[in-house]
Amino acid sequence: MQGFTTAAYVVAAVLFILSLGGLSNQESAKRAVWYGIVGMALAVFATLVGPGSGLWLLSLLLIAGGGFIGQYVAQRVQMTEMPQLVAAMHSLVGLAAVFVGFNAHFEIQNVAQVFAIVDSAKDADLSNLGAFAKLIAKKTPAELGILHVELFLGIFIGAITFTGSVVAYGKLAGKVTSVATKLPGGHALNAAAAALSVICLIWYTASGGLFPLILMTLAALFIGYHLIMGIGGADMPVVVSMLNSYSGWAAAAIGFSLGNDLLIVVGALVGSSGAILSYIMCKAMNRHFVSVILGGFGGPQGEQMAVEGEQIAIEAEGVAAALNDADSVVIIPGYGMAVAQAQQSVSELVRKLRAQGKNVRFAIHPVAGRLPGHMNVLLAEAKVPYDIVLEMDEINDDFPDTDVAIVIGSNDIVNPAAQEDPNSPIAGMPVLECWKAKQVFVSKRGQGTGYSGIENPLFFKENTRMFYGDAKQSLDKLLPMID
Amino acid sequence: MTPESALQLQKLGYECLIEKGAGLAAGFSDATYEAAGVEVVKTAAALWKAADIVAKVRQPTEAELKRLTKGKTLISFFNPAGNEEGMELAKSKGANVIAMEMVPRISRAQKMDALSSMANIAGYRAVIEAGNNFGRFFTGQVTAAGKVPPAKVLIVGAGVAGLAAIGTSTSLGAITLAFDVRPEVAEQVESMGAEFVYLDFEDDSQDGAATGGYASVQSDEFREAQLAKFRELAPEVDIVITTALIPNREAPELWTKDMVEAMKPGSVIVDLAAEKGGNCKLTVADEKVVTANGVTIIGYTDFPSRMAAQSSSLYATNIRHMMTDLTPEKDGQINHDMEDDVIRGSTVTFEGEITFPPPPPKIQAIAAQKKPEVKELTPEEKRAQEVAAFKAQTKQQFTLLGVGGALLLLVGLIAPASFMQHFIVFVLAIFVGFQVIWGVAHSLHTPLMAITNAISSIIIVGALMQIGSGSFLVILLAALSVFMAGINIFGGFLVTRRMLAMFQKS
Repeated sequence: MQGFTTAAYVVAAVLFILSLGGLSNQESAKRAVWYGIVGMALAVFATLVGPGSGLWLLSLLLIAGGGFIGQYVAQRVQMTEMPQLVAAMHSLVGLAAVFVGFNAHFEIQNVAQVFAIVDSAKDADLSNLGAFAKLIAKKTPAELGILHVELFLGIFIGAITFTGSVVAYGKLAGKVTSVATKLPGGHALNAAAAALSVICLIWYTASGGLFPLILMTLAALFIGYHLIMGIGGADMPVVVSMLNSYSGWAAAAIGFSLGNDLLIVVGALVGSSGAILSYIMCKAMNRHFVSVILGGFGGPQGEQMAVEGEQIAIEAEGVAAALNDADSVVIIPGYGMAVAQAQQSVSELVRKLRAQGKNVRFAIHPVAGRLPGHMNVLLAEAKVPYDIVLEMDEINDDFPDTDVAIVIGSNDIVNPAAQEDPNSPIAGMPVLECWKAKQVFVSKRGQGTGYSGIENPLFFKENTRMFYGDAKQSLDKLLPMID
Repeated sequence: MTPESALQLQKLGYECLIEKGAGLAAGFSDATYEAAGVEVVKTAAALWKAADIVAKVRQPTEAELKRLTKGKTLISFFNPAGNEEGMELAKSKGANVIAMEMVPRISRAQKMDALSSMANIAGYRAVIEAGNNFGRFFTGQVTAAGKVPPAKVLIVGAGVAGLAAIGTSTSLGAITLAFDVRPEVAEQVESMGAEFVYLDFEDDSQDGAATGGYASVQSDEFREAQLAKFRELAPEVDIVITTALIPNREAPELWTKDMVEAMKPGSVIVDLAAEKGGNCKLTVADEKVVTANGVTIIGYTDFPSRMAAQSSSLYATNIRHMMTDLTPEKDGQINHDMEDDVIRGSTVTFEGEITFPPPPPKIQAIAAQKKPEVKELTPEEKRAQEVAAFKAQTKQQFTLLGVGGALLLLVGLIAPASFMQHFIVFVLAIFVGFQVIWGVAHSLHTPLMAITNAISSIIIVGALMQIGSGSFLVILLAALSVFMAGINIFGGFLVTRRMLAMFQKS
């Protein structure tokens, strides 16, 4: 059966790769999910029938039970809650990795106990132990040393992923304050915990005892908690994709310790996927990954340009008149749209405008929302066709030919200071150049600054009008006036 | 005050009064005012008595000022720089006077900048008057009766009036040239569709930002260069509109006698600076003269009055905005906030004191001139840069590969063979992952995260391998892992499917 299992793993790995590759466009993506599902089913089935697994019924029952909850959650979740869901799911992977890692340790202990009774490995009675233990029993001391490091890393990354994701979940769900908070001592605490972990690694490889492992787990749990607590608001997309990456690396590390190539392959796939997403997000914010993770804004800080002028408010009538006159409209949604649950109203507005033959498009900044691609999903849910939802690079050159740009609940991603003021904390960040449109309407709750606390000169520009109020209510007021 | 602005003022909590027949010239009858809830007062004297706040257009006469009492507020054009006696009189009466021409030129105050409103009208009307006196079309046409060349219009001074004139002239189809001593307005001029006339003059050109957005006096050399350019243009242009004014000075002479003589017969000059002596010395204020060589020179100074309806409504709106700023609470009570830049700047007498001239505003009027652009690179330089970048990239890649390879070899030296086998798989999988993920559409990043979430639950395989162990603790932990991974697998895949199903093409 070993051969069959391995073959099934190869097929599963190929299916997973195809499944990720299929996400290159919206149509093939629908097929790609099935590749993933089949791949997963095959992997689980092959493992169950493969050598060493036991307690079939329990396993199936547990999968079914978990599956039931998963299915329930997947059907109930609001699209605006996707970031929380993703973070919550990361935490489960992280916790599972910790458990599996500890199990590996216990198995090593068990094998060692058996070996301690009998003198040589040949006579050892391993029939009571599982398949994994048999694998361990065959290992040379050098391999056991490597195994220690592997499972140590698996637990370490898994533990960080777990608490990090739980905190991220809390922040995204609004259960924990999304303001960056640090314990007194700041990064020195993280560094101390990391140093403690390194000491534990040396200790653990030398002794193989449980205590250093537990100590390290506690340190890692603390790092995960404290690291993510120190990152706030708009940096969450990076955090979530980073945790995504970690959950992959944790799986890969566990794969190493279990000697399972499928786990390694999938872990590496997921790990690199999350890493690329984090890279794209950081690039879109013109920030270094390290400075995002360590919290606070990087880059030169100096006297910021004073913003002059006045925010001029406008009522729904004015916006409606401008929209009725416009030929081309670009809508820039941000997290505020998700918060106000305004995507349906936006979609309705777009439908009406398009029915009049106007060219209506969406401009999506890579870091809009709290999750990479968050806005696209929200708009798709509201039945906005995806071919009018464009990326920043696709649409930035079109703004000068645009009659009306509507900014709904975004702030920093449309901040001209990024280009105009070299002293701005976001200087150099690529932004949507909506101010080049003939007219800009900004739907915003009040006069405050965005998450980053940076004043936005866009709001003071001569062609900008502020459309104050809750995004959904404002749009609903606007809708009947569009003919 | 127009009936419309009266409604707005009432919203601020004020009662509105108007002199009988005041709106007639602008087409607003007393009846429309009454319909808007305005009380029509028979005589001006009664009005001055009854109202706490008096808004008017022209500089108040001595008799009018005498009617002021303590606590009354007068909003009007006042010409404070040349109206010492008026200020003294208002001061002695203890009234507060807001001079509309003193509204500072900052963006926030634009909505109450009556000078700009009036200049806008003057600029528009100047073109219309010019067209009225110009015997040809503005726009070029090819008709059955032959070809008509477009008129060439030169606008000197691209302030508010100048820009309005440019806009009107270009929309009538004329070829429009514009000149201003402040080179930073070239962009605005060009955005209106006119051509900016540049001088061949190297000098540290003036920054309009330093003088509050107004032009200032030029050096002699600059003036010479400017006149030479105009002399060159004079025979070509059909219509000249001069708008050059420097605050509190006589208008500079920009269009000399010899230029007028060089112009074609039938050409028209509209001198918007006529009141201050004129940019052309042949201009006679308030009159239209025709020179010996058939050039019409218009020196009207009452352009806003020639468009009474428009100027009234704009001025009324300016006043209304001023009132809005004076009434932050919207309770019908004036809050004369002398800390406010706009209110402080335009107030000339306040509580028995003369507050003119005001201190400079806290905010600079217009954006400072941009620093000179980085000069364009030549193709060779660009090429050289690309080559250098490529070399740097190659070097970086080689270094990375070298270091990575060396590290790998080092690991290979100590690590056992079984580890290396897995390691190869790991490294290859990372490479495959990078290649595949770069191809993922940005719009599908959320589904990507959900699906990677689902497949990272492959850790279930590890837990399944351990669940068959004999030890209870191991079974418990493995069972929990299986359970959690189960949630993730189903949740992840199903939510991905749900999301992807939503993406629809139009």
